[in-house]
Amino acid sequence: MNELSAHWQLALAWLRDFPALWLVATAAVFLLADKAYRLSRHFPLCNPLLLSVAGLAVLLTLLHVPYADYFHGALPLHWVLGPATVALAVPLYLNLHHVRASLAPLSIALAVGGLTGIVSALLLGQLFGLSPASLISFAPKSVTTPIAMAISEHLGGLPALTANVVIITGIFGAVIVVPLMRLLGVRDLMVQGFALGVAAHGLGTARAVQLSETAGAFSGLAMGLNAVLTSLALPLILAVWPLH
Amino acid sequence: MLYGLTVLFAFLLAGEMIVRTAGLPIPGSVLAMLLLTAWLLLRRGVEPRVAKVSSGLMRYMPLFFVPAGVGVMDLGPQLASEGWSMLAVIVLSTLITLAVTALTLQWLLRRQR
Repeated sequence: MNELSAHWQLALAWLRDFPALWLVATAAVFLLADKAYRLSRHFPLCNPLLLSVAGLAVLLTLLHVPYADYFHGALPLHWVLGPATVALAVPLYLNLHHVRASLAPLSIALAVGGLTGIVSALLLGQLFGLSPASLISFAPKSVTTPIAMAISEHLGGLPALTANVVIITGIFGAVIVVPLMRLLGVRDLMVQGFALGVAAHGLGTARAVQLSETAGAFSGLAMGLNAVLTSLALPLILAVWPLH
Repeated sequence: MLYGLTVLFAFLLAGEMIVRTAGLPIPGSVLAMLLLTAWLLLRRGVEPRVAKVSSGLMRYMPLFFVPAGVGVMDLGPQLASEGWSMLAVIVLSTLITLAVTALTLQWLLRRQR
């Protein structure tokens, strides 16, 4: 009996050091969360990313595993973010032809909307007394997660906070868009899609696709362009913004 | 698949190197995305092997954020003190951004017609 328990201890110690443990756990939790999302018929609060983060955070806390140990094991998945961000060029390219028909209105709306996203986050953040690091983490919140995290890290924010803020922003935007647009009297689905892409990135685009194919295309385009605009404009804005 | 991945990684490397060499304020991966977009515009089309890898990565995109996202568990004290303010900022800022973008575009399109 003692021998068995000694073997069990050895096996556990080996498992703790096995680098792929948290890789497997992350993928398995994500697949479960994705299943739950589909079973809930794409209910926004059952977003697979949100569920996975919550599930893993609970699991690690229960097992007394420090986040650094987990992150070290799951690092290969994190590394794929780089090439996945580069791959966003493909949908951006495929949607670019929509720009030509109304170049001026789309560029102006992008600039106004993109800057509103940054400035409103900074102003409201200061109004509600967020710390400077939180403010930087919030500023790119309307942009697609890999880019927002890269911007946040680059400028001295907290990438983990940014990732979650971006997701909650996307979920809220996707949930609120239809009632808000009804209230504002905006019926054009192309306009709704574009606004979703600027304000709520990929989650907004997923919602826009449900509204119509055109809305989806304009949303994907807006999301890509706003990522570019924000990564160029945010360093300049933060250079002059009184953070303290 | 290897070909497509190699292309993506080559652009990523180029982007990171240029950002570091020139000291640009944007993330290397974003510059890499722009470079690839420019390249696609130049060749007027997406090579099927690149398109395939790209759509495969898109399909599982949320999975790749999980390791970083779980880092929120280390932010407990900050969330306890700033959590509700954070939620208020997200809700209000998202409402404002959606409304301003939609109303601006609607107004401009009506003027154009």
